[in-house]
Amino acid sequence: MNSIKDLTKTNKEKAPKEIIFLCVLYLSISIAIITLMTLIFDILSTGSNRLFSDYEVGLVTKQQINNPQDFLTSLDSRDPLKAGIGPAFVGTLWLMIIVVFTTFPLGTGAAIYLEEFAPKNKLTRFIELNLTNLAGVPSVIYGLMGLAVFVRLAGFGRSVLSGGLTLTLLILPVVIVASREALKAVPDTIRQGALALGATKFQAIFRQVVPSAIPGMVTGMVLGLSRAIGETAPLIFMGALTYVNYYPDSPLSGFTAIPIQVYNWIGYPQAEWKNTSSAGIILLLVMLLTMNSIALIIRNKFEKDW
Amino acid sequence: MKGVTLNMENKTSSKIDLDSVFSVKNVSVNYGDFVAVKNVSMEMYKNKITAFIGPSGCGKSTLIRSFNRMNDLVPSAKVSGEILYQGINLYDQNVDPVQVRRRIGMVFQKPNPFPKSIKENIAFGLRVNNMTDNLDDRIEKALTQAALWDEVKKDLDKNALDLSGGQQQRLCIARTIAVEPDTILMDEPCSALDPVATKKIEDLMQLLVNEFSILIVTHNMHQASRVSDYCAFFTTKATEDGRRTGELVEYNDTKTMFTNPIQSLTEEYISGRFG
Repeated sequence: MNSIKDLTKTNKEKAPKEIIFLCVLYLSISIAIITLMTLIFDILSTGSNRLFSDYEVGLVTKQQINNPQDFLTSLDSRDPLKAGIGPAFVGTLWLMIIVVFTTFPLGTGAAIYLEEFAPKNKLTRFIELNLTNLAGVPSVIYGLMGLAVFVRLAGFGRSVLSGGLTLTLLILPVVIVASREALKAVPDTIRQGALALGATKFQAIFRQVVPSAIPGMVTGMVLGLSRAIGETAPLIFMGALTYVNYYPDSPLSGFTAIPIQVYNWIGYPQAEWKNTSSAGIILLLVMLLTMNSIALIIRNKFEKDW
Repeated sequence: MKGVTLNMENKTSSKIDLDSVFSVKNVSVNYGDFVAVKNVSMEMYKNKITAFIGPSGCGKSTLIRSFNRMNDLVPSAKVSGEILYQGINLYDQNVDPVQVRRRIGMVFQKPNPFPKSIKENIAFGLRVNNMTDNLDDRIEKALTQAALWDEVKKDLDKNALDLSGGQQQRLCIARTIAVEPDTILMDEPCSALDPVATKKIEDLMQLLVNEFSILIVTHNMHQASRVSDYCAFFTTKATEDGRRTGELVEYNDTKTMFTNPIQSLTEEYISGRFG
């Protein structure tokens, strides 16, 4: 019987099931968030005193030799209170620069070719399929390949250049896939509009389609880069150093990176190393958050309502 | 008598009265083995508005897209027969589709401004055609011709996507006429617009026809009767394999077409009995 009163009636038979289901959903999300928050809180609490205050070891308060801010700029040391992340930080910056300058042209170039120019045949399909597969290959495999190709074959040695190129290979599939998505998001009417004005295919693609896709491409690039700087395994495999007491000054100098440095520190027995490595993780977290925020800002700012 | 006829023998007499822009002879368009539109022959005239009407799927959009070789973008599309544009076969091997599109502009169903400033939208066509002398003058002239100048002259640097749908469509017309084509093809230019914006575009067409030849595809036969000088009615016919192929039923001057159609099918369509 349908009367107008049905509209106001609260459907009580259904309610318990819905509540239980909602609780399960809340539980799932809470577990994920609580785990993450615990980790971050733990890192912040153990790392902050290395960064910002004096140490307390047992009952003794040890004065830090260095100014706390020097953590970013001082060299590695045998003494956890003196050890700084300087060389690893600079090594990571070197890696980022190399990765950006190689990945952006290669990644966007491959994406533009595949999306706009490649004939739709079996070879193209094969390449597309393998790109997706490559994105899922374990990163140590890339490390082995970097060792074989860049360190040995190309003769770059265990240098920051070899490391950067290895990371480039690692994130290239991700960047290509993201760039292709960005190109796909540009409506076909834009291509047609440009062509109908007497533009050549090249002009239509490079003056209208690609510029419209750039924000999406940059977002993909930044996210790929943030994955690259967090990678440890491929760099260790290709032979990055663990104790570096100098700043890398050329693409061919030896290097270490933040995650490797942290991995190394945390293996030492003294308790203070825990604080030092946590401080390193904080730096890495700040870098990652910054980059992901940049990607988010670019995406929101340039998101278009076609 | 106006020189409108489908008979090839009378072509000479029609030429005396009107210059032909497009001369279509036995044109069929296929997508793979699917025949979208079959055996169309007709003449279209300079400085006139010719409308293509008919139900969905009758091939009118397909046909208009083969007039500026936009169908080249669909790999499976194949045009057979002859489309002469001012005497030149558009599908001749020596014809450059880019040059064809530069001479024969096109306005699309959905307004498709580039996601850039109003100014850049018009400047793009001028740049790719090396018409960058007096860029600002040309932009102003095009926007004025498209009856948009007064509305946007103060914010030429505004993003074109912030304009209303009707303004966007007039901007698309402006950028089309900026590169000084001879002919403008319009593929259902008002189907995404409200009646007020539609009226503006229709008024605009009446002004533009003094300088350009216009071909318009429309679902709306009232629009065809309001704006066009000539009208072609297409319909679909089922083929043996159950698919539908578009055909030209009748082509005549609009007045005759809407008051005294020759084919009974045309009469049924325009009187609203089907379609």
